[in-house]
Amino acid sequence: MAATDIARQVGEGCRTVPLAGHVGFDSLPDQLVNKSVSQGFCFNILCVGETGLGKSTLMDTLFNTKFEGEPATHTQPGVQLRSNTYDLQESNVGLKLTIVSTVGFGDQINKEDSYKPIVEFIDAQFEAYLQEELKIRRVLHAYHDSRIHACLYFIAPTGHSLKSLDLVTMKKLDSKVNIIPIIAKSDAISKSELTKFKIKITSELVSNGVQIYQFPTDDESVAEINGTMNAHLPFAVIGSTEELKIGNKMMKARQYPWGTVQVENEAHCDFVKLREMLIRVNMEDLREQTHSRHYELYRRCKLEEMGFQDTDPDSKPFSLQETYEAKRNEFLGELQKKEEEMRQMFVQRVKEKEAELKEAEKELHEKFDRLKKLHQDEKKKLEDKKKSLDDEVNAFKQRKTAAELLQSQSSQAGGSQTLKRDKEKKNNPWLCTE
Amino acid sequence: MDPLRQSPSPCSSRPSSPKTPPCEIHGYVGIEDVLDQVKIKAMKMGFEFNIMVVGQSGLGKSTMVSTLFKSKVWKCTLPGLGMPIPQTLQLKSVTHVIEEKGVKLKLTVTDTPGFGDQINNDKCWDPILGYINEQYERYLQEEILITRQRHIPDTRVHCCVYFVPPTGHCLRPLDIELLQRLCRTVNVVPVIARADSLTLEEREAFRRRIQHNLRTHCIEVYPQKCFDEDINDRILNSKIRDRIPFAVVGSDQEYLVNGRCVLGRKTKWGIIEGPRVGKPTTRKQTDLEIKSLLAAGRTQASYLTLWASVSSQ
Repeated sequence: MAATDIARQVGEGCRTVPLAGHVGFDSLPDQLVNKSVSQGFCFNILCVGETGLGKSTLMDTLFNTKFEGEPATHTQPGVQLRSNTYDLQESNVGLKLTIVSTVGFGDQINKEDSYKPIVEFIDAQFEAYLQEELKIRRVLHAYHDSRIHACLYFIAPTGHSLKSLDLVTMKKLDSKVNIIPIIAKSDAISKSELTKFKIKITSELVSNGVQIYQFPTDDESVAEINGTMNAHLPFAVIGSTEELKIGNKMMKARQYPWGTVQVENEAHCDFVKLREMLIRVNMEDLREQTHSRHYELYRRCKLEEMGFQDTDPDSKPFSLQETYEAKRNEFLGELQKKEEEMRQMFVQRVKEKEAELKEAEKELHEKFDRLKKLHQDEKKKLEDKKKSLDDEVNAFKQRKTAAELLQSQSSQAGGSQTLKRDKEKKNNPWLCTE
Repeated sequence: MDPLRQSPSPCSSRPSSPKTPPCEIHGYVGIEDVLDQVKIKAMKMGFEFNIMVVGQSGLGKSTMVSTLFKSKVWKCTLPGLGMPIPQTLQLKSVTHVIEEKGVKLKLTVTDTPGFGDQINNDKCWDPILGYINEQYERYLQEEILITRQRHIPDTRVHCCVYFVPPTGHCLRPLDIELLQRLCRTVNVVPVIARADSLTLEEREAFRRRIQHNLRTHCIEVYPQKCFDEDINDRILNSKIRDRIPFAVVGSDQEYLVNGRCVLGRKTKWGIIEGPRVGKPTTRKQTDLEIKSLLAAGRTQASYLTLWASVSSQ
């Protein structure tokens, strides 16, 4: 590639240039808002609390609707999480709301492991998001984000202090999710008891080092309201879906023989404050905190666990690619070693088989030689015998001619009987051999 | 804040999935306040826009950028006459922060002096593509760090404005080669530079011919058809696509016309006004480019997957 000199004139750290007229990019925030509206928002709330504290009722009251679900019993064997997703629409804003509720929390006799299913659930959502983010072909903008953005922790209205189960659970959850503690069914506590209860709770949380969610005070427009709200934590709430006629308006309230508690009355309970903080003022901040703080922490721990680092021991920046390659080479090396081993074994077996076969061949050859030798011996014997036979035949012929000669001589000399007899004697053996 | 207001029928074109039942809200909850929260957050963070101008020298790129953003982006607009033509393609980047009605925009303009000026222009697009890919690589590296920053500085090129010389005939082979390569990695907006040298009829004919060329060579310029989200988008974008490539005239000098002070070019036969609807459409181009910033988000997402897949092979 030809020399690419990219001279960046950053100009004394990005100088601000005055505009000579209206350009029109002030519509950018509106464009962003329009795009968000068309994509829709998603918000996930986790409600942790003992059975019967009014979690479902509070959700119904908060979102002014009736979510499905039956009340849980106290006989659950373990803590389970029940998750439901709903599509809410208000004017032109669509909200995909997921409400996760604990079922059977605090009902067991041994509550040591009660917090574990909750922690596992939250981690599972982070894991799912991490997997999606690490994919090669990913669609993050269309991905349904299931990470928990806010955890409402329901505290039982005993009036004394936090239960140890609450402390343990909150301590485990504070680094994973934004915790907003609330006092449930707060119409059971009187006003004076309530202030003492709140102070006791906050001091216990501080002394145990539990980090609850603080509403952000860095932006001027919301700093004031968030600051005052921070002082009112934990919120004492009442939930009710019944509407009663009070004065001349229909309001959500609870009717007692001694009076009526109005849900949306700020003097009666902090429900309005909770709704303001959770939905109307800080929803976006809750989502951002979840993504930039809790999720990043999880991601960092998970990746470090898998063996990836940002800097190697010599504090030189490591890249993920290098780590991948190193791991890949390691695996390839192992593979090659295994292959070699297998090959060696194969070669050995082939050699053994070959040796065996050679042995067998040798044996066969030996046998063949032996047989051949035997055959030759036999042949020689036969030839010897034939030779001796031929000798005898020759000897007989000679004798025959000699005898005939003698006979002719004897016939001439008056023939002797003994010669005939000798001849017959001599003939007989030959007669037998013919 | 009427507590008894019923929720209106859903007007979003996105159907609710069968798994999530839609719920009726009886009363005001305040979900739409989240829009304000988003807006406040966006204004606080500010926006970043990176634009690259590609074209031969003398086509009025720097003037165009200055006109578009109504500010002196470059320290000097005219290159000195004694300066030699650079032998290799050198990319120059300038970053400015401009603010309008509380919205801060960090604008980075990358210029490519020396593009297409040599006798042998073979592979002259390599430095440009290299620069674009380098920015993607930088962003990817930041993104896959273990401890990554809260807000990764975005130096990726969001929009590339390609200046077509006003020959009046059709796209040259150099243009076609470059556009084919560029449109795969970045949003390309082709414009006819120095459009005041063409009459209106010539301009129209030139535009049609260029559109035909783009279609023949399968060059998808911004706004791309495949990223149209719904029917409204498609209608809006097809109107824009009809006018591409825009014929522009840039100017940084003001003249008095009919009592108004306008940016224009003065010639013996009249004054050509820059930003005005009906004339060379610089206004429409501004809107288009600013729209591309956000669309850049979704296109960049797709290109990032492409880049990620390339880099991980």
